[in-house]
Amino acid sequence: MSTAFPKAAKVALGMPQLRSNLAHATGAIRAKRTDVAGELDDWEELRSTAAAVKADVQHRLPELALEFERNARAAGARVHWARDAAEANRIAARITCEAGADEVVKVKSMATQEIELNEHFEAEGLAAWETDLAELIVQLAEDRPSHILVPAIHYNRTEIREIFNERMPDAPSDLTDDPAALAEAARLHLRRRFLSAKVAVSGANFAIAESGALVVVESEGNGRMCLTMPETLISVVGIEKLLPRFDDLEVFMQLLPRSSTGERMNPYTSVWTGATEGDGPEDVHIILLDNGRSGVLADEVGRQALSCIRCSACLNVCPVYERTGGHAYGHVYPGPIGAILAPQLEPGEHDDLPYASSLCGACYEVCPVKINIPEVLVHLRRQGPHGAGERAVMGAAQRVMARPRLWRAALRAARFLSRPWRGRGHVRRLPWPGSKWTGSRDMSVPPRLSFRDWWKERER
Amino acid sequence: MNAREEILARLRESLEGAGPAPEVPRDYRRALEPGTDVVDLLIDRLEDYRARVHRGTGAIADALGDARRVVVPADLPAEWRTGGAEFVEDDRLPTADLDAADAVLTGCAAAVAVSGTIMLDAGPAQGRRAVSLVPDHHVIVVERERIVGHLAEALPRLHRSNPQTWISGPSATSDIELQRVEGVHGPRRLDVVISDD
Ligand code: SF4
Repeated sequence: MSTAFPKAAKVALGMPQLRSNLAHATGAIRAKRTDVAGELDDWEELRSTAAAVKADVQHRLPELALEFERNARAAGARVHWARDAAEANRIAARITCEAGADEVVKVKSMATQEIELNEHFEAEGLAAWETDLAELIVQLAEDRPSHILVPAIHYNRTEIREIFNERMPDAPSDLTDDPAALAEAARLHLRRRFLSAKVAVSGANFAIAESGALVVVESEGNGRMCLTMPETLISVVGIEKLLPRFDDLEVFMQLLPRSSTGERMNPYTSVWTGATEGDGPEDVHIILLDNGRSGVLADEVGRQALSCIRCSACLNVCPVYERTGGHAYGHVYPGPIGAILAPQLEPGEHDDLPYASSLCGACYEVCPVKINIPEVLVHLRRQGPHGAGERAVMGAAQRVMARPRLWRAALRAARFLSRPWRGRGHVRRLPWPGSKWTGSRDMSVPPRLSFRDWWKERER
Repeated sequence: MNAREEILARLRESLEGAGPAPEVPRDYRRALEPGTDVVDLLIDRLEDYRARVHRGTGAIADALGDARRVVVPADLPAEWRTGGAEFVEDDRLPTADLDAADAVLTGCAAAVAVSGTIMLDAGPAQGRRAVSLVPDHHVIVVERERIVGHLAEALPRLHRSNPQTWISGPSATSDIELQRVEGVHGPRRLDVVISDD
C-alpha cells in the first residue's frame, strides 16, 4: 500500500482539526467501553473463552474451513477461494458482471478494504458504492479510512457538511452541520440505490463452520439493506473469521459490541445461511480469502493476530494512535492491531510498524480476545532488520513478557511512567522495558509522517 | 493446484508441529442472577435505545400511531390487527409497496433482556426480512414467554438455518463525532409491545 501515504498526508495537512477530533472521539468511546464492559462480572472469563476459541480455530483452520464450505454449499451458497487480493477482486468482479450489473452497494468491510476492491472495480469500469455513513463520507472525500470502526473519525461535523455540500449532488441546499441532518441527507442519498441495487458486496464478522452461516454486525441498517434487497450477494471473508459453532456467538456477541461501540448490543446483527427462497438474495457467493493469513499462521507467537475481531478498542486506548491518527500507519489496519498485523500480512513491507508503540500494554488489557499485542510487537522487532544490540534487548523484554507476573508489574510501572508524556508530542524516554530502546534515541511522534518515513528519518 | 488446494496446503504446512488445539474454558455466565425481573430489565434497556415500549396487545393501535397502511406477515395473529389502520398482508409485495407503507407489525422469536435485543428468525408472525426492514416504522409484539435474561438462553430458541435479524433499538449511527443519531437506513422508529395477556 505504498500509495496510501501521499493521499493520506495531503488530507492530514489540510486538516488542522485532525488531532483534536481524534482525542475527543477516542476519549468518548473509551469511557463508554469501560462502563459497559464493567457491567459484566464475567468479562475476564468471556475474554479467556474467546481467546481459546480463536486459538482452537487457528489450530483447526483447514478442517473448519472445509466444514464451513460444505455446509454453506449445502445451504445454497457458492464458495470461492482466493489466494490473494487480486484473485478475490477478479472473482467479485466476474460475479458482478455475470449478474448483469455494473455497480454494487457495499457494507463496510475491512476485508474488502484490505484487497482494495473499490479501486479494482473502478479500474474494471464497475462502481462500488459505500453505504456506511462514515465510509460514504470517506469515499466522497476521496480519502482513506483512519479508524477500523469509525473510518471518518478524523472529520468533525463542519467538515462533513462541507464534503456533503461539495460532493453529494442531492444534498439539501440548506444542510446544517447537525449530525441528525447529516445522517438524514445520507439516508435520502442512498435509499433509491438500496432499493434498486442488483448486487451487494459485504464482509462478515463471523463465519460459522457447523452451519455455513455468516454474521454481519452493524448499526445503521445499511448492512441489512445490502444483505436483503439485492438479488446477488458477494461476501469476502478472511479465513480467520471462522467460529466452530453457532453457540460461540454467545461469547463473541457479548464482547464485540461492548468493546467496539461501547454498547450492550449493536442495533442490528444479520445472520444468514446460504440462500433462502423468497427471503433475500438467491444468488449467494462467499469468497474465502487467504491474502497472507496462512503465512501469519506459521508464526507461533504472531498468529494470535489472527484472533482479532476488529473491534478497534486497541486503537482507542493507544497513546500513539491518538496522536498520529490512522493514516500514518500507511495500512488499512492502523493502531496497535495494525502494528502487528500489517507487517505479518505483507512481510517486509511494514517493518517499522512494530516500533509505532510505547509498549504500554493498554491495548492488551482492553483486547476482548486477549491478543498480547506487546508480546507480538517485541517478537516482530526481533525479527525485523535491526541491529543485534536491539534484538538482544527485545529478546530480554520478550522473556519478561512470557512471565505473566513480571510482565504485569512492568506494565503497571509503564502506565504510571508514561503518564507525563500524554498530552505532549514527545516521547523522550519510554518506560522500561522500552527505555533500553529509547535510551539511544529521541523519539518524536509527528502526526503527519507515516511510520515508515518517520522511522527512516530518525535513522538518518 | 487450484486456489482451494493451495490455500489448504499452505494452512497445513503452517500448522506443522503446532500441537493440539487448546482446551476452551467455559466459565462465563449463561444466565442472569435468579430472581431478575427480565421484563423490567428489557424495558429499561429498550428505553435506553430510545425505542418506545407499550404493555399489552391492547396498546398495539397506540403503538402504530397514525400509520394508515400497515404491512403484516400473512400469518400475523388476527387479534393483533387492531385500530383503524389498513393491514396489508405481504404476499411478496413489490419493494415500492413496502416503501410506501407507513409501518410494519410483526412478532419475534426471542428477546434478550440484558442487552435489549429482539430476535427475528423468519418464524411465525415475522415474515421475510425485507418486510421488517423497508417500512420506516417497526412495531414488534414480544410475548412474555419469549423474553429471556441472557443471550445464551436465547440462541437455542432460534431457528438457526433461517435468516435472522437481531434488533437492539432503532437504526442508529455514531459516525459523526461519535454522537449517537437514531434513524438512518433501518426503520427510524421502533415500538415494542410487550404482551403478557
Ligand atoms: S486486536 Fe483486539 S482490541 Fe484490537 S481490534 Fe483486534 S480484537 Fe479489538
